[in-house]
Amino acid sequence: IDYTGTDPSSPCNKCLSPNETPCVCTINFTLEQSFEGNVFMYYGLSNFYQNHRRYVKSRDDSQLNGDPSALLNPSKECEPYRRNEDKPIAPCGAIANSMFNDTLELFLVGNESDPTPIILKKKGIAWWTDKNVKFRNPPGGDIPLEERFKGTTKPVNWVKPVYMLDSDQDNNGFINEDFIVWMRTAALPTFRKLYRLIERTNDLHPTLPAGRYYLNITYNYPVHSFDGRKRMILSTISWMGGKNPFLGIAYIAIGSISFLLGVVLLVINHKYRNSSNTADITI
Amino acid sequence: MRPAPCRIGAAAGGAGARGERSRAPPPQPPAWAGQGRRGGRRALSADVRQAVGQPAGSRGREGRVSHGIAGTLLGEMALCAKKRPPEEERRARANDREYNEKFQYASNCIKTSKYNILTFLPVNLFEQFQEVANTYFLFLLILQLIPQISSLSWFTTIVPLVLVLTITAVKDATDDYFRHKSDNQVNNRQSQVLINGVLQQEQWMNVCVGDIIKLENNQFVAADLLLLSSSEPHGLCYIETAELDGETNMKVRQAIPVTSELGDISKLAKFDGEVICEPPNNKLDKFSGTLYWKENKFPLSNQNMLLRGCVLRNTEWCFGLVIFAGPDTKLMQNSGRTKFKRTSIDRLMNTLVLWIFGFLVCMGVILAIGNAIWEHEVGTRFQVYLPWDEAVDSAFFSGFLSFWSYIIILNTVVPISLYVRYVTSLPQGLPRELKWSHSKVFFSVKMHCAGLEHRALSEMLTACIPEAEGLQRGPVWVGHLPAPAPSLTSCPLCSVEVIRLGHSYFINWDKKMFCMKKRTPAEARTTTLNEELGQVEYIFSDKTGTLTQNIMVFNKCSIHGRSYGDVFDVLGHKAELGERPEPIDFSFNPLADKKFLFWDPTLLEAVKMGDRHTHEFFRLLSLCHTVMSEEKNEAQSPDEGALVTAARNFGFVFRSRTPKTITVHELGTAITYQLLAILDFNNIRKRMSVIVRNPEGKIRLYCKGADTILLERLHHSTQELLNTTTDHLNEYAGEGLRTLVLAYKDLDEEYYEEWAERRLQASLAQDSREDRLASVYEEVESDMVLLGATAIEDKLQQGVPETIALLTLANIKIWVLTGDKQETAVNIGYSCKMLTDDMTEVFIVTGHTVLEVREELRKAREKMMDSSRTVGNGFTYQEKLSSKLASVLEAVAGEYALVINGHSLAHALEADMELEFLETACACKAVICCRVTPLQKAQVVELVKKYKKAVTLAIGDGANDVSMIKTAHIGVGISGQEGIQAVLASDYSFSQFKFLQRLLLVHGRWSYLRMCKFLCYFFYKNFAFTMVHFWFGFFCGFSAQTVYDQYFITLYNIVYTSLPVLAMGVFDQDVPEQRSMEYPKLYEPGQLNLLFNKREFFICIAQGIYTSVLMFFIPYGVFAEATRDDGTQLADYQSFAVTVATSLVIVVSVQIGLDTGYWTAINHFFIWGSLAVYFAILFAMHSNGLFDMFPNQFRFVGNAQNTLAQPTVWLTIVLTTVVCIMPVVAFRFLRLHLKPDLSDTVRYTQLVRKKQKAQHRCMRRVGRTGSRRSGYAFSHQEGFGELIMSGKNMRVSSLALSSFTTRSSSSWIESLRRKKSDSASSPSGGADKPLKG
Repeated sequence: IDYTGTDPSSPCNKCLSPNETPCVCTINFTLEQSFEGNVFMYYGLSNFYQNHRRYVKSRDDSQLNGDPSALLNPSKECEPYRRNEDKPIAPCGAIANSMFNDTLELFLVGNESDPTPIILKKKGIAWWTDKNVKFRNPPGGDIPLEERFKGTTKPVNWVKPVYMLDSDQDNNGFINEDFIVWMRTAALPTFRKLYRLIERTNDLHPTLPAGRYYLNITYNYPVHSFDGRKRMILSTISWMGGKNPFLGIAYIAIGSISFLLGVVLLVINHKYRNSSNTADITI
Repeated sequence: MRPAPCRIGAAAGGAGARGERSRAPPPQPPAWAGQGRRGGRRALSADVRQAVGQPAGSRGREGRVSHGIAGTLLGEMALCAKKRPPEEERRARANDREYNEKFQYASNCIKTSKYNILTFLPVNLFEQFQEVANTYFLFLLILQLIPQISSLSWFTTIVPLVLVLTITAVKDATDDYFRHKSDNQVNNRQSQVLINGVLQQEQWMNVCVGDIIKLENNQFVAADLLLLSSSEPHGLCYIETAELDGETNMKVRQAIPVTSELGDISKLAKFDGEVICEPPNNKLDKFSGTLYWKENKFPLSNQNMLLRGCVLRNTEWCFGLVIFAGPDTKLMQNSGRTKFKRTSIDRLMNTLVLWIFGFLVCMGVILAIGNAIWEHEVGTRFQVYLPWDEAVDSAFFSGFLSFWSYIIILNTVVPISLYVRYVTSLPQGLPRELKWSHSKVFFSVKMHCAGLEHRALSEMLTACIPEAEGLQRGPVWVGHLPAPAPSLTSCPLCSVEVIRLGHSYFINWDKKMFCMKKRTPAEARTTTLNEELGQVEYIFSDKTGTLTQNIMVFNKCSIHGRSYGDVFDVLGHKAELGERPEPIDFSFNPLADKKFLFWDPTLLEAVKMGDRHTHEFFRLLSLCHTVMSEEKNEAQSPDEGALVTAARNFGFVFRSRTPKTITVHELGTAITYQLLAILDFNNIRKRMSVIVRNPEGKIRLYCKGADTILLERLHHSTQELLNTTTDHLNEYAGEGLRTLVLAYKDLDEEYYEEWAERRLQASLAQDSREDRLASVYEEVESDMVLLGATAIEDKLQQGVPETIALLTLANIKIWVLTGDKQETAVNIGYSCKMLTDDMTEVFIVTGHTVLEVREELRKAREKMMDSSRTVGNGFTYQEKLSSKLASVLEAVAGEYALVINGHSLAHALEADMELEFLETACACKAVICCRVTPLQKAQVVELVKKYKKAVTLAIGDGANDVSMIKTAHIGVGISGQEGIQAVLASDYSFSQFKFLQRLLLVHGRWSYLRMCKFLCYFFYKNFAFTMVHFWFGFFCGFSAQTVYDQYFITLYNIVYTSLPVLAMGVFDQDVPEQRSMEYPKLYEPGQLNLLFNKREFFICIAQGIYTSVLMFFIPYGVFAEATRDDGTQLADYQSFAVTVATSLVIVVSVQIGLDTGYWTAINHFFIWGSLAVYFAILFAMHSNGLFDMFPNQFRFVGNAQNTLAQPTVWLTIVLTTVVCIMPVVAFRFLRLHLKPDLSDTVRYTQLVRKKQKAQHRCMRRVGRTGSRRSGYAFSHQEGFGELIMSGKNMRVSSLALSSFTTRSSSSWIESLRRKKSDSASSPSGGADKPLKG
C-alpha cells in the first residue's frame, strides 16, 4: 500500500507540506483473503539509494559495536555526520541519520464500529547475528543507557537520541531492532524492510482475517523531494521466503528451454551420429 | 671481513657505487696522474651502461671502471665518475705504468653488482617502477588514497603491490649480495705480476694495462693478454675457451717469435715494447694490433692473444702483457643485453591489452556521464539523506571523480601484466665466476613465481657447486632466462610465465627427446617461445650436422684421373652395400686407425707400388690441415679429421707440428717439413693452403678446397685431367658425398721470398688487413697442378626421412639451406624424402646473372601456372602476378621443388627480385638452397619472415647457422659435433633432428593449445567478474559501489580462480601424444592461428559479458521481492554481494571444468580446492572473531551463515549457473556434431576404438574361436577405402589425404599387430581380465 501521498486524493497528501508536524494520516484498505500463519509487515521505499557508495560507507561499525573510543571519536567515514556542535554523533553517519521514522499502526475495522488494533511485535525482526554480535551498546553494565551515551549527541535528523528509541532496555540504543534493520543497507534502490511481526496467536483464527483495515501513519519521513515512494506491505512466507514470482517464472522458462534444447540436440545427435561415426572411425 | 677489495667493485658501501648514480661529474684533470699509482687509485665506476629496469636475476652488467685518480684532497668522498670518450686506439707500453696511466684505461676490477646498502632502496624501487604494470598499480593506488575517489579500500591494491615489490627487492638484494661476493672473489684472485723486475703476488683487480703477468697451468687468464712467452717451445701455449665460446676443444696460441725468447724475468723486465691496437670490442675471434719494439713493427693477431676467461692448459707457465683489463676485456664486452624474441601471441596480447584498456576507459566514461546525470537529476534532491562531499560542488565534477573511481574498480579487466616489453637483457658470455653466482641466486629464489631458472634442478646443483680454484667442471651453460616481469598483482598475469615455464620443463624432462648416446636431454633455453612451436610454418634447416650426423668418413677419392673407392665384384659390377667383401687390411701400418674402413684394395696397392701421384696425394692430406697433435687428433672440422685419418691409414702419418715444422711418417720414415706459411680457410676463400719446404729444400704449396673455387685456379696444362676429375666429382656429388679438390704448386726460392715479404707487409697493415692478405693469398694460389679429389660421406641422421615426411604432412614447409654442392644437396634431399620421384618437377636455378635467374624463376612459375590452368583455374598469368602472393600459392597444383644455388640466390635476394623468388619458392613443396653463406641463410629467413607473416624455425648445429638461428622466430640448435655456438644462440636445443617432430607436433601443439585455452578462459573470467560492476552502476546511482566484498575482489584473481586455470594451462591436452604424431594434420590450427585470434578473443569477451549480465540480473530479479524464510529482509547489499560472488565462483569453476580436456589429479585438486577455499575464506571472513577484532574491516559479519542458509539463495545460484553454462554446452555439442574439427574426431575415434577393443576382448573371452579372424574382420570393416571415398568431413587436400591414409593405415596395421600379440600373449586365457584401453 503506497502511502507517500503524492496523489492529491490520498489522505497523506497533506503531510507533504513541511508545516504539518506531527502529521497523522489514515489509509483504509481491504484484505480479500485472510492471512494464515505469521504475517510480516514491511515498509518499502523506492528510489532510495541505500546502495550508494558514499551512503554505504558512511557508518562506523566500531561505534555500533559499542567501542567506547569510537563512540566519542567516530570514524572519518561518517563525515559529514560525524560531529554536531562539537559533540560526536552517536550513531554517526548518513545511514543512521536517514533512519526511517514513520510510525505505522494497523487496525482491523471488523463488524463493530470499534476498530481493534492489531498487535505488532517489535522484536525478532533483525538477524540474530546483527542483534547479538554486530550491534552492541557501549559497555557499562547496569548504568543507564543515557549515562553510557554521555558526551554524544543525536543525529541531526533524529527527534530523539539513540538511547530513547524504545523503553525496553533490550531493544534500546544501538540494539534497537528498527535501527539494526535500517542499518543493514539494501542492495537495490527499491527495497522493503521488515517493520513488525504479526504473530499468530490462535490456531483457530487466521492471523489477519479478511476484512477492512485501516493503517494509521505518523508521517515523519520525507521522500517526496527525490521522487521516493513509501509503501506498507503485508506478507506471509513459505519455506523459501517471501512470495517471489520471479524465481518461479525463471525456473519454468529455463526448464522448458532446456527441455526443448535437449530434444533438439537429441534429434541432431541421432541424425548425425551415423554419418559422423563412419567418418570418425576412418579418419 | 673481506680482504682489501678493489675500490669500487667490492667495497659495497663505498664511494664507487654511490658514484654510479651521479651523472656527469667533473672529469678529473689528467695532471693528477701518477699520484695514485697503487694505493691512491680510486677507481670509480662511471656510466651505468645497461639501463636500469631489466628484470631481476638476469643482470649481468658491469660498471665501467675508470682509472680515476683522486688525490688525498678528495679522499674517500671523491666521487669521480667519469665517462671516457670512446677510444680510438689503445696504446700500452710494457712495464711502464706511468705511461699507461695517462690513458686512464679501465683497471682489472670488475663490478657486476649494482647496489650498495645506501643506494639499494631508491635504485631498486626506481627500477621496479619502470615496469609498466607496477607503475600502473602505483597510479591506481594513488587514486585510491583520494577519499572522494576511492571505491575500494587501499589495501586491495597495496597488498599485492607491496608483495610484488618486496619479493622482487629481496630477490634483487640476494642476487646482488652474491654478485658482490663473486665480484670480490674474482677481484681478489691472486696473480703474479712483474713489478720492478720482481714477480709479486697481486690481486686481480690491481692488475693494470701494460703489466706483465705470469700464468701457470690450469689458471684462469686474468685479463686479455698478449702472449709473450711460454714454457713450451716456440712460445706455444694451449688454452681452453669453454667459458668464452663454449667450445671444449683446446686451442693453441702462439707468441710472436721475437718475444717468445723472453723466457726469464730479467729479460722480461727490460721488455719495453709498445702495443698499439684496436679499442675494446666484443669480437672474440678478431684482434689486430702492432707491437713496436726496438724500432721494429710486428703484426699481432688473435693468434697471439689470451683472453680473459680462458684457462691455460698443458702449459707449465706463460707470460703475457695486459692489453685489456676488467670491463674492457672481450669477455665482459660480450655480456650485454640481447633482444628478446617474443611470440606472436605476445604481440597479439599487447594489442588486446591496449584495446581492453580503451574499453575500460569507455566504460569509465559511460558511467561517469551516468553519474553526472544521476547526480544532477536525483543526487541533488537526495541530498537530504546523502549530502555531497564538501569538495564536490557540481554534478559534473562528481562525474569526473566517479570516472576515476570506476577506473579503479573495473581495472581487473585489464590484464596489464600481460603487457610485455620487448627488450629484456640477459648476460650471455658471463664468465663462470660470475655465472655460477647467478645460478646460485637463481637456485635460492627458484620457488618464486617469476624469475626462474629454466634449467633442470640437477644442472642447477652442478652450477652451484662452489667453485674450486682452477678446478675444471663440465661447461655450465646457464642460459639465463629473461626473468619475467613478476607482477603478481593480478596473479594470472604471471601465470602466463608459469605456464610457459611448466612447458619448458616438460620439454626438458621429455625422455623421448633424450639422446642416449650423447646423454643430452632436450633443453628449452628460453621459456617464452613455447606456444609458438605450435605455429611453425617454415623450417629452415642446415644440412650438415643437422640432417646428417656430421661424422665424416673418407669414402672415395680420385687421384690423377683415377677413381678409387668403388668395390667391384668378380664380374666388374659395382657392388652394393651389404655385399661388400672384407675391408682392406691395414695391418702393415702399426699407426693405422682401427676404425677406418676402406674397401678398394687397388688404392693400397697403388700406395705400395710407390705411385708418385698417390704419394703426393696423401702427403698433401697429411700436411695441409690445421689438426693440432697426433695424440688427440682434435680437428677443427670433422672433414679434416677424416682426411688426416685416411692419410694416416695409407701410410702418411701426421705426427706432430711446431709453429715452423710438421713431422710426418711417410711409410714408416719420419720426415720433417719446414712450414713456411698457412693460408687458412675461411668462408670466402673456401680453401686452405700450406707452403712447406721439404727436406730436399724444395718449396711447395699444397692446397685443398671447394671444387668451384679450386678448378678455376689450376694450370691450363692439366685440362684433360681436369675433365676426368670433374666427371668423378660429379659422380661423387651425385652420390651425396662431400668433395674437396686437392692441388699443389712448386714455388721457387726467389718468388717465395718476395711473396713472403709482401705477405708480411699486408699483415702489418692497419686498415683493411683482411682484404690485403686475401689478395696476396690469391696471387700465390694460382696455376696449381691438380692432384685429385676426395669424397667424404656424411651419414644421414637416424629418423630424418620420417621426420621430414611427417612435418611435411603437418603442412610445414622445409627449406634446406646448405653450404654443400648442389648435387650433394639434391641427393641428400632425395635420401631424406624431401624430394621424391612423385614430384611433378624439380626446378633448378643456377643462373649467374640477374637476368638468367629472373628468367629461370619466371619459367618455373609459368610451368606451375600452366599445370594449374589445365586443372581449370581460369586466371591468366598476368592477373596472377598482379594479384596477391597467396593466390599464386593456392592455385598451384602438383608438387614442385626448387633448388637454387648461392650465386643465383644472391641475385634472387636483391630487392627487386626477392618477391618473385619468394613467390616461386613458396609455391614449391621443398626448397633447397645450396652453396649459401651464413649471411644468405639469415637473409632467406628474414625474407620469409618479412613477407609471409608466418612463424619460422631455423635449425642448425654450426657456427654458420648462428645468424639464421638468431633471425628466425624460433632457433633450434643441434648439440652435435661442431661446438656449441649454435646451441648458445638457440632457443631450444637437442641432439638429433628427429626430435624436432616431437618438439613441434607434441610439445609445440600442446603449448599452443594450452596457452590459447588459458588466455580465452582468463579473459572470460575477468570480464564475467568485472562487468557486474558495470551493470550494478545503473542501480546504485553510478556511485562506483562495488558489488562484491572487497576481500573477494582482492582474492578472486589470486586465490579463487588462479590455480585451476593454471593447472589447465599446464596440463591440458586434447589428444594424446601418439595421436598428434599420427595425425600431423592436427598441427594446422596452430599455423592458421585458429585457437586464439581477435575473433576468439571477442567470443570470450562476449561470453564473459553474457555471464556478467546474468550474474547481475538474475539475483536482481530474485532479490527485488524476496525476503528470508524468517521474514527478515534478504535484499540487503551484503547478502546480494555474497550471492553474486558465490554464483560467480561456481559458474567460473564449472566453466573451467568444461574447458579442461584432460583431467589430472591436479586439476581435480585445484578446482575442488578452489571452491573449498572460497567457502572456507568466506566463512572465516564473516566470522565473529575477526569482526570482534576489527569491526570496521570485517563488516560482513555473520553474513555467510545467514545468506547461504537460505534456499532462495541456492535456487538463485543454481539458476544462474544453469543459464550461464547451458548455451556453452549446447554450442559445444552442436559444433561437435555438425562441424567437428580434427581433434574432436580423433578423440572420438579413440573412444570408439577403445570400446571396440573392449568388445573384441569380450568376444575373445566368450568364445575363443578365431580371435585372429575377428581381428581381421574388424580391420576389414574399418577399412580405409571408405575414407577416401567419403572424406566430406575433412578439409584435407587429396594429396595429403592419400599419404595420410597410408600412414594411418600402417599405424593401424601396427596397432592391429599389437592387438594380435596381445591376444597371443594371453592365449585363451579365461583367467586374465582385459585391461582397460
